[in-house]
Order: sequence, then structure tokens, then C-alpha cells
Amino acid sequence: MMDPPQIVKTRPLLLARGVSKSFGAVKALRDVSATVYPGEVLGIVGESGSGKSTFLRCLNLEETPDEGSYTLDLPDVQGNLFDLDRYARRMLCATRIGIVYQNPHLGLLMKHSSSGNVAERLLVAGERRFHVLREKARGALDASEFPLERMDAPPIELSGGMQQRVQLAKAIALEPALLLLDEPTTGLDVSVQALVLDTLKKLQQERKITMVIVSHDLGVIRTLSDRVMVMKSGQVVEEGLADQVFQDPQHAYTQQLVHAKL
Amino acid sequence: MSLKSLTKDWEPMSYGFLDASAKCEIRRKTLKAIAVPGCQIPYASREVPMARGWGTGGLQISCTLINPRTTVKVIDQGADDSVNAASIRRFLSRVSGAPTTTDTLKADLIQSRHRIPEEKLREDQVLVLQVPNPEPLRPVQPNMSIARQMHADADYGRMWLQLYEQIVRSGRVMQGASYPSLVHGRFVMTPSPIPRWDVPKMHMAKHLTILSAGREKRLHAVPPYTRVEPLVFDDVPYQVEEHGQLTCTRSGAKGYFMNEIPQNDGTSTYEVSDSELGIKTIQKADGDTVELGDTWYQDGEMTQ
Repeated sequence: MMDPPQIVKTRPLLLARGVSKSFGAVKALRDVSATVYPGEVLGIVGESGSGKSTFLRCLNLEETPDEGSYTLDLPDVQGNLFDLDRYARRMLCATRIGIVYQNPHLGLLMKHSSSGNVAERLLVAGERRFHVLREKARGALDASEFPLERMDAPPIELSGGMQQRVQLAKAIALEPALLLLDEPTTGLDVSVQALVLDTLKKLQQERKITMVIVSHDLGVIRTLSDRVMVMKSGQVVEEGLADQVFQDPQHAYTQQLVHAKL
Repeated sequence: MSLKSLTKDWEPMSYGFLDASAKCEIRRKTLKAIAVPGCQIPYASREVPMARGWGTGGLQISCTLINPRTTVKVIDQGADDSVNAASIRRFLSRVSGAPTTTDTLKADLIQSRHRIPEEKLREDQVLVLQVPNPEPLRPVQPNMSIARQMHADADYGRMWLQLYEQIVRSGRVMQGASYPSLVHGRFVMTPSPIPRWDVPKMHMAKHLTILSAGREKRLHAVPPYTRVEPLVFDDVPYQVEEHGQLTCTRSGAKGYFMNEIPQNDGTSTYEVSDSELGIKTIQKADGDTVELGDTWYQDGEMTQ
């Protein structure tokens, strides 16, 4: 008699519950919750001002919400991360969470070398061997498909697409448990967008990195995401598998978004 | 009844130019700096009869520590006889009645601009270094409030990055003077613009070093027997200036930090930077009885 197939229970890596955030009278987030499983890509889509970037900043511990909890299922990481002090937040973000910003100026030191930008993350984590720093920076840049002959050029001399690759290399240098991407392809021309998306897709497939990607571009979200969360006015209006949401949108706003795209 | 009969004579109250309350404040801040090695402590830097940037920070510490029984030595870039050193020495002597010396071994208090004497200092000696810019994070973080936060978090990644960038661009660490150093495994300090040659002298030294910046109104300290480790990568060793094999043309002293004297024919000659050590070497060669103390370096190599 055959044993019944075992159901493997997987715990979510990221669990955010009831996150609310106001800026004065403006309610940027209203009771937003999200669950992301290891290796999964969650896409957050919505119009400008819908609160998606604020939510991402909360996940990167740059903002502290008024209410809500946020946990990561990682060894040595316990409790509500919003309760961590500044130092613990900095160390957690430096070692476990990678982020790629829409504006490379926020994520990079524009006048330092590209390899130095990647090495900085390793230095914060305590690496003190110069040759190891070089090798690891080279590896991360290579994985981001950055031309290695330019690894010591400062980002200010690079194109927008190259700058995003440096950001990506910096974000993955320490093999983070969670990679956050805030409009990573916005402002790039279509051909460069496609190349950056290819790189992200490849990285996700090879390294099984858990990602949360924010974009107002449905094409980007559709290409990368397993699941999609649609936000409007600081609230989640629809959530589901990417294909399901895009092919059969239920909420009027999602339908409007999908049709606007089409 | 006269005013004089109601007041104390000023002299026993306040030798050393500064008033008693000013000295009290500086002493408190100095004790705090000693208690937290390498941490910059703000203090109310007073006006002294010297322009900011000429050693007012060091002078205030010296004025606070000095008394009529203190033997004081003042050096400027290693020399006892430069105008700045002579002026400060004369001022300190005049306001406190303290005897002065040029001999490192006989001094109780040594105020120095940008050098540590070549002869080893003892436990009963205090070295006061004049510091133009006490903030090691200034090149990487111009905002002082953020820099303070970075010190509190021991967030020195950018300092390391600066060294990384120098090696990438130049093949070696280009930082000459003011080499950032980790004190007691906690705070990164700038050891004032002493050359790299002098930084290892601070590591586990017997003497107390107080570093004070008058213009920037901050002081920090390295207590005796405290670890002072220059920031270096594990696989790129710390290097001092290559002066070990140079010989002083005037005294014949060899294996010490030298001043380079360019010549008309394009070559250079060298003179030992610690002028008193040079004089002692000459006197010894002439057969005079001179006490030459142990030196940190011997034949250009740092001794333990």
C-alpha cells in the first residue's frame, strides 16, 4: 500500500498585518496586509499615490507605521520588526534585506566606484579582506550582468540601466532573504527595461530570491510576479495569482487598470 | 574694609591663564573623554590669546593641567624651536611659572602639533595633541548630527569604503596623516595629523594622550594601555612612511621620521624631524653626557 503524498507545510517568509500609516491628514496606508512565501515574487501595483512605495518603505524599515506588525521568518529575527531600534533595523536591512530604488541616487554613492558601492554592503556586514571584497563585488556585478570592465567606474558616469544593475548587484551581494524593488525599470527605455527584467527573472529563477516588486507598469508586474496585490488610496482592493488577476480582474479599479493597459 | 580684604588673591586660584570654572569644565570633559576612549566630547572652548587654528585646543588642555611644578615641553612638527612652539612654551611658562624643557625625558607635560616624540613616553607623562579636525567621518559625512549617530551605531562602513576606494584607484591607501584608527575596539578617531609613522606609538602606550580641537570645541583621549588600531584590511598591511633607512645629514641619526630638504640639484637631504633627538645624538657623538631614552623605533622598525 502506498503512503499518501505528504503535504509540505511552508511558513511564509514575510508576514505584514494591518499596516496603517498617515502623513498628517493624508492616510497613506489603511490596514494593509501581505504574505510572501520563500522564493515567491509579490507584485504590488497601483496608480501614483496609492501607497505602494510607502508600504515598500515600511517593509525596508525606513518608515514606522502608526499601526501594524511585520515579521520575517528568519533565524535570529524575532518579533515585530517595527519595534526594533535604529541600530537593529540598520543591521537587519544591511544584511538580510536588499532594495533597489527607482532613483539610483537614493541607493548608490554616485562618485564612488561601482564595485565600491557593492563592497560597502559587505563592509557593513563585517568583511575586512580587500581581495574577498573585490571578488564578491565582481561576482555580484557579474550576476547582475554588469560589464565587469567598468566595475570601477563611478555610477555617475553610467547609463540609467547600468546604474540599476549596480543597485541590483549591491542588493544581492549578501544574498538577502528578501529583495525589495521599487519601480526598478521606471525611466528606462523599453529595450533597457527588457534587459533589466531579464536579469531579474534570471536571478529569481537561479537563486530563488523572495521578492516584493512595486510598479505602476502592469507589464513589469506580469513578467515577474507570482502573485499580485492591487492598491488604491492606501488600501488593498484585490489580491491573487498574477494570471488570475490579469485575466479575470474582479474589482472595478483592477479592471480599469488592466483595460487601460490593454 | 577694602575690596581686597573681601576677596581671595587670584594667584593661587588660577594660574594657567584660564579662570577656575573654565579649567573645572575642561577637566570634567577630559575625565569623560578618558572614561570613553576615542569618543569626542564637546566642551566650551574658551578664547585664549592666540588665533583659532594655532593650537588653542591644545593650549587650553595644557593651561588646565599645568601648575608651577609641571615641566613643560612644546613641539611643533617635531621641532622645539619653531615660532609657534616657542610662543606657546613662553606663554605657558609666563602664566603658570612652570619650568620649560626641550628634553622629552624631563617633561611632565608635552604639547605637540602633529608629532609624537621618538623617545618613549612614561606613565607619568601626558601628551597633548593639537587637533585641527577631530571628526574622522567628516570626509564621508559632512552632517555633524548624522556623524554623531554613526559613531553611536559604530557605523564605520563608509570609512572602510574610503580605504577601499583609495586602493582601487591608487593601488595603496593614500591617507598620509590623520590615519583613522579604532580606539579600544569601539570608536574611530582621527589621531590628529600625525604621520602614519606615529600612529603605532599610541597603541598600548604607557602615557595618557589628550587630543583637543579648540576651533571645533571637541576633545578626545587615549588613556594609557589602550588599543589603538589603524583601520586596515586583513590582507593589505598597514604601512608607515619609508623613512627607516634614511639618515639625518646633521646628526647622523638613522631609522627615525625625517624631514625632507629639497636641494637645488633636484635631490633631497633629510633631517630628523624630532629636533631634540637630533641634538642629543650630536651631543652624544661629541662625547657629552646625554641621557637618550628608549625609542619607539629602532633601526626603522617599530619595537613592541
